[in-house]
Amino acid sequence: MIEALPYAAVVLHNRTNESGCVPDNGLFCPSWAADNWHDFVTPSLQHLVLVAVPILLGFVIALGLAIVAHRRRWLMPPILGATGALYTIPSIAFFFLLTPLIGRGRETAIIALTVYTLQIIFRNILAGLDNVPAGAKDAGRGMGLTQNQLLWGVELPLALPEIIAGLRIAIVSTAALATLAVFVGGGGLGTEIFTGSKVFNTRLIMASLLVMAIAFCFDGLLLLLQRLVTPWRRAVPA
Amino acid sequence: MTTLQLAPTADFGIFGDAIHLIFHGQQAQTAGRTVGGISAIWDLTLTQLKVTGLAMGCGMLIALPAGVILGHFGRGEFLAISIGNLGRAVPELGLIIFMASAIGVGVLNLTIALTILAIPPMLTNSFVAMRQVDRDTVQAARGMGMTTREVITAVELPLAIPTIMGGVRTSSTNVVATATLGPLAGVLTLGDLILQPAVYGQQGVVAGAICVAVLALILELCLAGVQHLLTSPGLRLARASA
Amino acid sequence: MSIKRSMMSAKALLAALLSLVLVLGVAACGSDDNSDSGGGGGGGGGKTIASNPKNGNVKLTIGSKNFTEQIVLGQIYAQALKAAGYDVKTDLNLGSETIALQALKSGQISGYPEYSSTALTSFFKAAPEDVPSDPQESYSQAKADFEKEGLTAFPPTPFASANAVGTLKSTAQKLGLKDVSDLKGKSQDLTLYGSPECRQRVDCLVGLQDDYGLKFKSFTPVDIALRYPVLDKGQADLSILFTTDAQLAADKDKYVILNDDKKVFPAGNVIFVTDQDTAEKAGPDYEGTITEVQKGLTIPVMQELDARVDIDQQDPAEVATQYLQESGYIK
Repeated sequence: MIEALPYAAVVLHNRTNESGCVPDNGLFCPSWAADNWHDFVTPSLQHLVLVAVPILLGFVIALGLAIVAHRRRWLMPPILGATGALYTIPSIAFFFLLTPLIGRGRETAIIALTVYTLQIIFRNILAGLDNVPAGAKDAGRGMGLTQNQLLWGVELPLALPEIIAGLRIAIVSTAALATLAVFVGGGGLGTEIFTGSKVFNTRLIMASLLVMAIAFCFDGLLLLLQRLVTPWRRAVPA
Repeated sequence: MTTLQLAPTADFGIFGDAIHLIFHGQQAQTAGRTVGGISAIWDLTLTQLKVTGLAMGCGMLIALPAGVILGHFGRGEFLAISIGNLGRAVPELGLIIFMASAIGVGVLNLTIALTILAIPPMLTNSFVAMRQVDRDTVQAARGMGMTTREVITAVELPLAIPTIMGGVRTSSTNVVATATLGPLAGVLTLGDLILQPAVYGQQGVVAGAICVAVLALILELCLAGVQHLLTSPGLRLARASA
Repeated sequence: MSIKRSMMSAKALLAALLSLVLVLGVAACGSDDNSDSGGGGGGGGGKTIASNPKNGNVKLTIGSKNFTEQIVLGQIYAQALKAAGYDVKTDLNLGSETIALQALKSGQISGYPEYSSTALTSFFKAAPEDVPSDPQESYSQAKADFEKEGLTAFPPTPFASANAVGTLKSTAQKLGLKDVSDLKGKSQDLTLYGSPECRQRVDCLVGLQDDYGLKFKSFTPVDIALRYPVLDKGQADLSILFTTDAQLAADKDKYVILNDDKKVFPAGNVIFVTDQDTAEKAGPDYEGTITEVQKGLTIPVMQELDARVDIDQQDPAEVATQYLQESGYIK
């Protein structure tokens, strides 16, 4: 006979035939949203990290790869192929594939998400470098700039619009993809989608809207960055 | 007294195990039922293709005409671009779980969710493609007396095909990848191998990843072929020499 | 603005962005652990958990399987152990029982709550009818089997739960279903929905096919959380439910469970499974806290906690805190 605590005072509610927005799982219950918004704070902060870090890491890696491929054109197809192949592996599989190698947790999620940004950013940096007008490069060489000075002083700044366009696409995709981090215990807003009762519409909608809000905030920041960094384009209508 | 069965830990051997799972099947990790094998994998693949095909079909029916018409008349630019951005930001996991709980599980509901995901890239790309057609060419066509329909079908569309197909290809990659999450909505696609390591083991995850990647590559190649066929020869030359 | 100056303000913006990311990273780091209940320093009164400073250097990661009751239990144990002074992290919602066991054996988690019947039938290949109905016997048998694998289990909870074949009351009345055996001859026209691992479990689809000899029109695997919505939406004729589900108590006139006359779905009390090394290193408070804090978990109480998550849509961590506070284990 298992001994039950005689003084357990858990309040038992009678929910027989209860009706209302929450028990009936209505499409959106504003009262629940107002009472429980604080549950979303920690997951949202975790989600911000899951988006920002992979983009920064992905940018650094892709920039390195793009500079190398730009100098040695023969490297472009294999790098493009490798990043493309990694991109074709379904994201959810990638998360699970990394688990036996590096365990679960936020770091695993960040690595998987970084890999996913590589193809987009790499392609866009390369496209941006390719689209630098030949005249500008000639002028630079004519001025006596070394290859490095040419790259950092002329080619990359002129390629910035395309680079940032790629970053914007990557960051929005990453924000959506980061919801899958829940499958490897990486936190983020996926935990509000895929844990607890899992079928409550209000929570699902709130979590999804927050993901999209984070995506657009980052997108807007990058757009601002682009306007700041390319003042010469402000004269040209979009 | 029975030893608990756990997934093999050798990483290299896992690829061999995955290939074995795909072609020959194996004992389920949890109980004496055989899982995997070529016919089971084929069923899962067909389901994934079916759902992808349905979603892409519906998506194309909605997005392409809308994008082409809006692009031709130059209306609704904000809408077309915004829907494109919005679509990229939608978390697939949230969409599928929401559909599963709000509408129900099954192929129909999964298809609806995937169609919603498929529309944005195609809408944006077809709109942008139509806008990017050289205005002088369109003027010349009008000057020749072509009706609106002739301008769209004979002049703008052929020039816009590459970008439109780019949108279709992006969409299909997204849809195939998201169809992997089908088991969450009660539809058994190749994602079953990935999401049920309890049944298929770690080699199932590898097998599932390989299968979906191969499927996505084949689909991409087919669509690239379609694009090549649809692109008028003159354009192909122009692009090659560009 | 010259290019140089706009580059500098761009650098400033980048620096600001980076520091924002760093700040967020630190904030997210700090809030990694969901359980932020009070506790500790209780002393005095019999049942309040006292924080033992000796436990401070023991790191524990509490896991759980992937449905509401498990997540609530995981949170209860985690918060109770934290109140006892341990350094506790949670890694809940891992997956089915095989995944959880794998996580335990690989050291990813220190322990998780398992049902003795599930352990015996899924891990140790016992036949469902051989599972002892007495909780203590079931516990001893499971514990003995676990110990052969370097694991151990703590004493059971007061409540027990079992799988069950459930349906809408209207369906049961229409088809005249009271026992699972009544499905014989009718089940080939009925659709069954269950968890994905149900396909391989003897106390689930395998038992229904082998022991009851039933063939179904189709079996659709869905996430455990959808077991009631599929009935509500008329997509499932039959669904695999749990006997401790809150929805059964709240909607008594809506759902009905078919009686398991061939004893294919044994009930199991929850036993906390952990590995022997951790149990030794963690000291007596590990087992002591867990066995003490679960004493209040009778069937009505567990159903109430499940209801707070599944019906009231509260956060499982908060519900666990409420249980611990209402029962007087933490302040």
